[in-house]
Amino acid sequence: MAGTTRYPTAPLKCWDKAKELRKTYYEEYRTAHERGALRWGGGAWSLGAIPAGLGRDVCSLTSEPYAASIAWDRKFSIECMEAVEKRGYARDLCSYMRNYWGSLLLDRYAFGGTFPKPDFIWQDHICCSHAKWYQVVTDLEPEIPHFSIDVSVGPYRELTENRLAYVVAQMHEGIAWLEKVTGRSYDDGLLIEAVENECRSTSLWAEVCTLNKAVPAPLDEKSMYSLYVLGTLMKHDRRVADFYAELRDEVADRVTRGIAACGNERCRVMSDTQPPWAFLDLFRYLEDFGCVSVGSLYTFGLIGVWEVKEDGAWGPRATPKEKGITLTDRDHALRILADWNLSKPEWQHFYSPHLKSEMMIRIAREWSLDGVMVHYNRGCEGLTIGIAENRLALLEAGFPVMTFEGNMGDEREFDRGRTLARIDAFMERLGLRRIVA
Amino acid sequence: MFERFVAWEQDRHGYARAWKERTGGKVLGYFCTYLPEEIPYAAGVLPVRILGSHEPQDVTEAHIFGMFCPFCRDCLAQGLKGRYDYLDGIAIAQSCLHIRQAFGSWQQHVPVGYSYYLPFPHGVQSAHATPYLAGEIAAFRRSIEAWTGREISDESLAGAIGVYNENRRLLREVYELRKASPPPLTGEEAMEVVLADQMVDKADHSEVLRQLLPELADRRLERRDDVRLMLIGSEDDDVPFIHMVESLSAVVVTDEHCTGTRYFWNEVEPNGDLNAALAARYVARPPCPSKDWPRRTRIPHVLQLARDWDVKGAILIQQKFCDPHELDIPALTTALEAEGIRTLFLEFDVTVPLGQARIRVEAFLEMLRQEDIFADDLYAG
Repeated sequence: MAGTTRYPTAPLKCWDKAKELRKTYYEEYRTAHERGALRWGGGAWSLGAIPAGLGRDVCSLTSEPYAASIAWDRKFSIECMEAVEKRGYARDLCSYMRNYWGSLLLDRYAFGGTFPKPDFIWQDHICCSHAKWYQVVTDLEPEIPHFSIDVSVGPYRELTENRLAYVVAQMHEGIAWLEKVTGRSYDDGLLIEAVENECRSTSLWAEVCTLNKAVPAPLDEKSMYSLYVLGTLMKHDRRVADFYAELRDEVADRVTRGIAACGNERCRVMSDTQPPWAFLDLFRYLEDFGCVSVGSLYTFGLIGVWEVKEDGAWGPRATPKEKGITLTDRDHALRILADWNLSKPEWQHFYSPHLKSEMMIRIAREWSLDGVMVHYNRGCEGLTIGIAENRLALLEAGFPVMTFEGNMGDEREFDRGRTLARIDAFMERLGLRRIVA
Repeated sequence: MFERFVAWEQDRHGYARAWKERTGGKVLGYFCTYLPEEIPYAAGVLPVRILGSHEPQDVTEAHIFGMFCPFCRDCLAQGLKGRYDYLDGIAIAQSCLHIRQAFGSWQQHVPVGYSYYLPFPHGVQSAHATPYLAGEIAAFRRSIEAWTGREISDESLAGAIGVYNENRRLLREVYELRKASPPPLTGEEAMEVVLADQMVDKADHSEVLRQLLPELADRRLERRDDVRLMLIGSEDDDVPFIHMVESLSAVVVTDEHCTGTRYFWNEVEPNGDLNAALAARYVARPPCPSKDWPRRTRIPHVLQLARDWDVKGAILIQQKFCDPHELDIPALTTALEAEGIRTLFLEFDVTVPLGQARIRVEAFLEMLRQEDIFADDLYAG
């Protein structure tokens, strides 16, 4: 870790395209009804490929990234929180959920205008708050129909036919429900296309993250947040899959040319769970020490789908197409979609902290990390489950760990000054001094 | 009359150790009442629920982040302190994220020879939940067979279901008696009965219940003017709290929580496929809020209980940070108040500050009594 190596840096060429895709997504959702298009609301993990079978004009508002956008706007976020608290909801509930409900209650869309209510709710459920989130939405807006799919069938390594069949059966039921509530007939061809897109985009994102094993890292985590978010918005959409292919090529080129995200890289860390969105400057502060956060299980595995490759290392899961599998019909597509999603890394730790610890230790080793910054995130019980055990496991595996307490979406629960002081101490522990005054 | 139940509850570990010595059987600790206990019981295993001890502790901070509920931390503390050192195994039926952490940490840090995670469906309102759970119960059954080396025949499983069903029926009979005014037992006594039920062999428990029921039929408590209350909420085994409430001229006549009615309310209806019958029972039981979606089925159930037991006020107890309950409380409060049932919300921790809670309960009861004084019918004529 000694030395002050300098690497060339360059902005990402496809950066503006990522921003444009995100902007278009929120705008298309807002204006959907003007075009006679459909709007659905649901989580970032919703099986969005399924409603895609209702037509090419189906738009979604995935609630976690939407709520993170609100969190970034501190003033609006506080207004949302207070509106929710006035209705009697506890302030220790998921802060994404509270930002989203607040936006609904205040009838204000974070991207301008009134809140565009969904025509239906299409959710999945693995965290205790998932379906309950939208149950409250239907308390507030009883006319919005709600369908949630229970995907909490245990870790992928223990997947059985019984467990897969349960998820697939709900998917089939969901399609019948979608036809009923929208009055549209379902197009299996569009479903198959969306499933193929989802497998491609989520595998490609994992490939992009794999490229970050390189030293210097071609991407830093703060920038990755603006890129992975597309997968949380519409992972089943061809535009996202195509963008991730373009991004993969550009990042591969950066690796070949030794282009760094942080020109002063001399120390590599990862974070854990969602960051406090209103305080992303923490990551830039790290870079003052020559320390770059190269990602996290969260950034890699929330959307990315992975597998252990022949050499024993983690890499992108081979898509059905890459394996020569052609999706033949609805049931086949749904089984592939279920199996694919159930292997998602960020779905594994819901069953045991040790599964998450294994993955974190793997990342720490394969991405050549010097330490780990673990965010004890009061805003998300789903991703914070088992976090204390993860810390112990990382320490036992020999990785220095810094913890900091905060909240991804409620700035009232984040102490920036104290966190910076902790970072100072952690950097000192890693033998780093500030390079940039 | 209730001494045996109190003794079992207070010396739960002593009972389990003695049971082991007497039977030579294994003891399985479980973390959530969704576990189909009939399966281990059919293999001669004693299932006991792992509960906390309501003592301040400092052993779980390193294992469970402080924003998770005090109950899960209290449960884990029992394991870390070696209080359940007689357990041969542990199991959990998938429930809330909080208690799963106690299970996960226990697996890692408290040596046991067997552990099982049953991925119980969350989507219990789905038509697919029962067949799915039947498959998972079949897998659990095979696992218990492998662990104990004992085949669980349909005959032995039917026997276990019979024992459990009888116990549920007897508990329902006890609760039915609480509809009387005044009820023949206090809420504290009822709590001791149900708590003990989660700690001892159901056959032993039913035997004492069978003796208790006729005695209760003849029992009269001098509590005619007491305000009839209901406890609703998260796990609640806080005996001192209910004792305090009932010292204020109130009586708890029913409840809706998992150390109460949610645990024993419905029976297994045996049919040809016992795994499916068990699955149907556990899917249809009064749900934990973590599984009550997309419809709110808890609310009509709670209201029905309140009507049937003639409840005047409801105390909503919630383990601090319990998200599933926090997500139900506004809707539940609205529904109860609309029905004319006043509510008091209290947050529970490992230890409840009884002084503060008492002031709030007193104010709540005062409000209820004032409403009685000014009730319309008093002005009639």
